Amino acid sequence: MSKTLKNGEVEKLKTGTVIHGDGSAAKMEVEETEVKSEGDYRESPVYIYHDWCKKCGICVSFCPTGTLASKPDGSPYVKHPEKCIHCEMCDRLCPDFAITGAKEK
Amino acid sequence: MSKIKQKHIHNKYLRQKKKFPHVWCPGCSNGIVMGAIMRAVGELEWRRTNTTMVSGIGCSSRMPVYVDFNTLHSLHGRAIAYATGIKMYKPKMDVMVVTGDGDATAIGGNHFIHAARRNINLTVILINNNIYGMTGGQYSPTTPTGDKATTTPYGNLDPTFDICELAMGAGATFVARTSAYHAVETQSFIKQGLEHKGFALIEVISACPVIYGKLNKKGDASKMMRQMKENIIPVKSFEALTENERENKLKRGIFRKEIKPEYTAVYDKLIDSLKPEDGEK
Ligand code: SF4
Ligand code: SF4
Repeated sequence: MSKTLKNGEVEKLKTGTVIHGDGSAAKMEVEETEVKSEGDYRESPVYIYHDWCKKCGICVSFCPTGTLASKPDGSPYVKHPEKCIHCEMCDRLCPDFAITGAKEK
Repeated sequence: MSKIKQKHIHNKYLRQKKKFPHVWCPGCSNGIVMGAIMRAVGELEWRRTNTTMVSGIGCSSRMPVYVDFNTLHSLHGRAIAYATGIKMYKPKMDVMVVTGDGDATAIGGNHFIHAARRNINLTVILINNNIYGMTGGQYSPTTPTGDKATTTPYGNLDPTFDICELAMGAGATFVARTSAYHAVETQSFIKQGLEHKGFALIEVISACPVIYGKLNKKGDASKMMRQMKENIIPVKSFEALTENERENKLKRGIFRKEIKPEYTAVYDKLIDSLKPEDGEK
């Protein structure tokens, strides 16, 4: 289940691999990194890599299900993790390789 | 602020540990096209060591810095010339060129039309953002008439190039157009272009929200992409429109796909025919 991390909480996340739905795409590996960010979900269907995100808002605008939303500073976060349908729209349209909604394997 | 372990996305075709986040402005479509290229190459399961990406100078031409193929970042407008050299020397190498509207059709216009005329097996992915971004926002051959650039503050007077028509006129054997918003289609066209034996041009209309968009009040990246969704329409729907309705609309799709003798193959045949036969001195 998804939970919002509280201030000061550090959680060890598992490392996984996501492969795109069409089976085609370059295989993506999800690694752990330590960054400063608040309000991110501990376990979520969508990974956002804030170090690379430029807050352009494209992922939030084109997510068809309203899974994503913007914080006041423009950075995206997963508002409704249960809504994600793994359509990979955010993934394909993010110009910065900073988000993936592909299914984890 | 608290430190949170966060998942990091790693893509096998990216030079992950170098130079990221990339240099492109927030919302620039170049990254979307780069993603589509990597997906297309991934789908074909091409080896990194046998794939070469060549570029000239410009925003989109920064791409070879980030992808983990053989890469060559060459001179302004000369990408296709370098790529021709690579292809002639190593015809088995898969060579693609990433270029922009100014790079390919103004500065490198001659290389572009003659490579198309020869039908050499290159895949040219032309990212058309309607402006010279990196060099300071000058107008390019595809800046729409009347639109502003830093060198046309009162509006551009020149009529524009239709790059696909240009390539077809010059003899390219695979010609397609799509937009960065249509990312799935972009991937599919690039894949077909890469597989095509001959000169392939894929024009991808892209958004430059920071220079072109700002000068012409086109709104932010999302808004520009929504406009692509509305205005860049499939050939069939385009042809059903009347002359007036076609204003501001652009057709997308594969305009030409045909097989003609390929240049390196023709060249090899010539060399073979000139080799002395057995016993001859
Ligand atoms: S994968 Fe699709 S549904 Fe899930 S967050 Fe991304 S755009 Fe939204
Ligand atoms: S599309 Fe990518 S860069 Fe833009 S806000 Fe979303 S995650 Fe960040």
